[in-house]
Amino acid sequence: MSQAHPQTRPHVETVTHAEATPEEPQPYTELGLADDEYARIRSILGRRPTEAELAMYSVMWSEHCSYKSSKVHWRHWKENTTEEMRAKMLAGIGENAGVVDIGDGWAVTFKIESHNHPSYVEPYQGAATGVGGIVRDIIAMGARPLALLDSLRFGAAEATDTKRVLPGVTAGISGYGNCLGLPNIGGEVVFDTTYQGNPLVNAMCVGAMRAEDLHLAHASGTGNKVILFGARTGLDGIGGVSVLASETFTGEESGSGRKKLPSVQVGDPFTEKVLIECCLELFREELVVGIQDLGGAGLSCATSELASAGDGGMRVELDRVPLRAEGMTPAEVLSSESQERMCAVVRPEDLDAFLRVCAKWDVLVTEIGEVTDGERLEITWHGETVVDVPPRSLAHEGPEYHRPIQRPAAQDALQADSPDRLPRPSGATELRETVLRMAASPNLCSRSWVTDQYDRYVRGGTVLAQPADSGMIMVDERTGRGVAAATDCNGRYVKLDPYTGTQLALAEAYRNVATGGATPLAVTNCLNFGSAEDPGVMWQFEQAVRGLAEGCAELGIPVTGGNVSFYNQTGDTAVLPTPVVGVLGVLDDVRRRIPTGIGGEPGETLLLLGETAEEFGGSDWADVVHGHLGGLPPAVDLRREKLLAEVLIAGSRDGMISAAHDLSGGGLAQTLVETVLIGQTGARVVLADDQDPFVQLFSESAGRVLVAVPRTEELRFTELCTARGLPWRRTGVVDPESDALEIQDIATFGLGELREAWESTLPGLYGA
Amino acid sequence: MRIGAVTFPGTLDDVDTVRAIERAGAEAVALWHGDADLRGVDAVVLPGGFSYGDYLRAGAIARFAPVMEPVIEAARKGMPVLGICNGFQILCEAGLLPGALVRNHKLRFVCRDQWLRVESTTTAWTTRYEPGAEILVPVKSGEGAYMADERELDALEGEGRVVFRYVEDNPNGSRRDIAGVSDGSGRIVGLMPHPEHATDPLTGPTDDGLGIFLSAMDNVKQGAA
Repeated sequence: MSQAHPQTRPHVETVTHAEATPEEPQPYTELGLADDEYARIRSILGRRPTEAELAMYSVMWSEHCSYKSSKVHWRHWKENTTEEMRAKMLAGIGENAGVVDIGDGWAVTFKIESHNHPSYVEPYQGAATGVGGIVRDIIAMGARPLALLDSLRFGAAEATDTKRVLPGVTAGISGYGNCLGLPNIGGEVVFDTTYQGNPLVNAMCVGAMRAEDLHLAHASGTGNKVILFGARTGLDGIGGVSVLASETFTGEESGSGRKKLPSVQVGDPFTEKVLIECCLELFREELVVGIQDLGGAGLSCATSELASAGDGGMRVELDRVPLRAEGMTPAEVLSSESQERMCAVVRPEDLDAFLRVCAKWDVLVTEIGEVTDGERLEITWHGETVVDVPPRSLAHEGPEYHRPIQRPAAQDALQADSPDRLPRPSGATELRETVLRMAASPNLCSRSWVTDQYDRYVRGGTVLAQPADSGMIMVDERTGRGVAAATDCNGRYVKLDPYTGTQLALAEAYRNVATGGATPLAVTNCLNFGSAEDPGVMWQFEQAVRGLAEGCAELGIPVTGGNVSFYNQTGDTAVLPTPVVGVLGVLDDVRRRIPTGIGGEPGETLLLLGETAEEFGGSDWADVVHGHLGGLPPAVDLRREKLLAEVLIAGSRDGMISAAHDLSGGGLAQTLVETVLIGQTGARVVLADDQDPFVQLFSESAGRVLVAVPRTEELRFTELCTARGLPWRRTGVVDPESDALEIQDIATFGLGELREAWESTLPGLYGA
Repeated sequence: MRIGAVTFPGTLDDVDTVRAIERAGAEAVALWHGDADLRGVDAVVLPGGFSYGDYLRAGAIARFAPVMEPVIEAARKGMPVLGICNGFQILCEAGLLPGALVRNHKLRFVCRDQWLRVESTTTAWTTRYEPGAEILVPVKSGEGAYMADERELDALEGEGRVVFRYVEDNPNGSRRDIAGVSDGSGRIVGLMPHPEHATDPLTGPTDDGLGIFLSAMDNVKQGAA
């Protein structure tokens, strides 16, 4: 137990003082609150807020915490979720993370969250604390974190600033995630100039628990203790609130040096690792009534969310919070985003046992308050009341905006600018060069430079990891039950048509999970868009949410949660609309997984499942060769995706498929290159003679997967496809004796030549 | 047959080490950094991870943990001790093995499947391998570059104490491609790569790492016979 030093405390504004000075001007505008929002706070409280209250409202009502611009669109999730879809959901939107039943008494929780802006300012710490935050969300559900995925977007690969941001972000994820002991099993790395001043760093975590151990963030039971544990609270990550502080402080402690602390938080993965193990032991011993992590908005968020989701009020003695800076004000303590902290509600009779577990793990622990039978969140500072608010007004009753929505005037011209007019490679030589050029392009080349910095092996349950289409991890060692996860989004498709583009992101993540042999089960998302005050951006957003919600309904899998990040733009230029979709799937026995590389069986046939149409809008070919973005994205057919997934899952269950890789950016050509390189085995491919080879090689039609089937299973598998009505075409054979990819009548590529093209690009840019 | 796996705060690959010990057919005994004795184990593994956050220097704090006293004492009496990755760093910090591990030459963490040559098959942990056998196991570390002065390196080579060497591509700039070394008795071995992650082809590149744990079991049995 620890206490702050009272002798260093500065002047603090009490509720009594606020009542006595109703007209005192307050810097609410600087804190990001609008006039009407400030007026509403006054009306809720029946007086002006204290400094500390103003700080709490400003962070809790920020876009990041309140979802005030996006909340009205959430009805699309509700309206599109049937009872059947809800059946497997143990917790959904509104909890720290979604939870789904995966069978055998296991529950899996997963969530993805953005840490975009901090990662631009300070790439290493921004990305590191992004990982830390999402992991604590998973612990707060009562689960053991199992694996991480990272969905990353950067500016042009060769841009000078990308050479600062990408290595920093990668090192931050590596430094923090590896030290936590969580395998990193997948994600994306995408480049586009629109992300130049605004990279996207979306971190996803998957955790598992026994279904009966689910912990929700509720503060129930009058007299229960409120416990803060983990790291000390400091001045890091205070951001806007320090504006308030600098206006009101006097004396040495508030000198200018003190205000120059970074607004990006600094992570300590070792503290987090110990905190994880400590929490898991607390859960095992059943010492926790409710738990909440301290992320954005720190204690403001944790106390108000715990109290408002529980059944009563809460009293907190804020001066008991252990600090690592002297002279912090209540407003600063409440808004600090210092990392590696958790807040728990504990029965008084369990308190001693709780403290013993924390002592075992050397985790700092402090009783800071208790649950009361009132309906107020009351926070005192050395005996004086500095906050007295209805907690729901902070956590659940924040402002809600119907932002103006307007389809951009330029959208029609964008869609009319078809890629059909672009010159195409003709003849074998040009096609050959195009294959190599595409394989070496930043968006299609090997991601090893990034992913080799991530530990994918730790804890020994990783069954599939990058460069596989999805990551897969064992949950139950006894039965082999496991889960797969994938994140996807092609922002270029979304830009061309936000509704279809978002469904394509869903389709790809869904397909990637099924390509490993897992059954897709649930969806999460991280919606990265430009300014919410731009009607064109809000149109993209609304279309994307509706597309995703309706797409999920068609696939029959629920959206269990999500995260929204607005204001991703540089000046007036918004990032490509980037609704990253994460799909979670389950597999009864991970030994039945489908690997990505060919050559695992002595004789294999290559089959292309699905159909290829002439679709180049938003394609990598149009981008790499012509720098062109226009037209319409590929068509999406979710019924076909569902059928394709069913066939892949049946094929995996019956051992009919020895390898599979989906077709997406770069089309068949890119999938072939990756398949032979990952399998380190040659292949001979024959294109259909009734379609332009260029279209067959580079079109990005959705709903396609390349599978390798052992020759002994070929007939049984193709009969299955035919019976189910899934188009398939025999595309070639795997040749274990060969070290070349031969596309008949077009070109032959040595594996060494392909490897050189595919693997040299990122090391060439960021260091060998 | 009881083989201990030590958990320090920040140890990560302890679960994998326990699993590998069990796969080899021995009983795995969890040891805690605060333990004062080794619970009657026949051999000890210090697993990988970031003990105490690797603050100050990898392994520098763990080396002073209470459990290290009985580990060092048992090692001096001839108990087989294996340090994997962070465990190797701890053994070097504790003075049980020569040399030091410093940051990778490219200054990046590297996780990849790595070919190793087993250079010595006479240590307590490598008798199951054929001399010169090449094995594929994961390496995953940020401070894995093995360093010692030329005289020390010559001595290690001369005495046959270089146990594992990287083949093809040295992942971290280790001197003379050294991936693992032993003490003079051959009973204490440290290596940067992770044999415990190569015990089942489902979750690792191969099962080439199993031989390490099987070797120690043979060794303990022979000692008892």
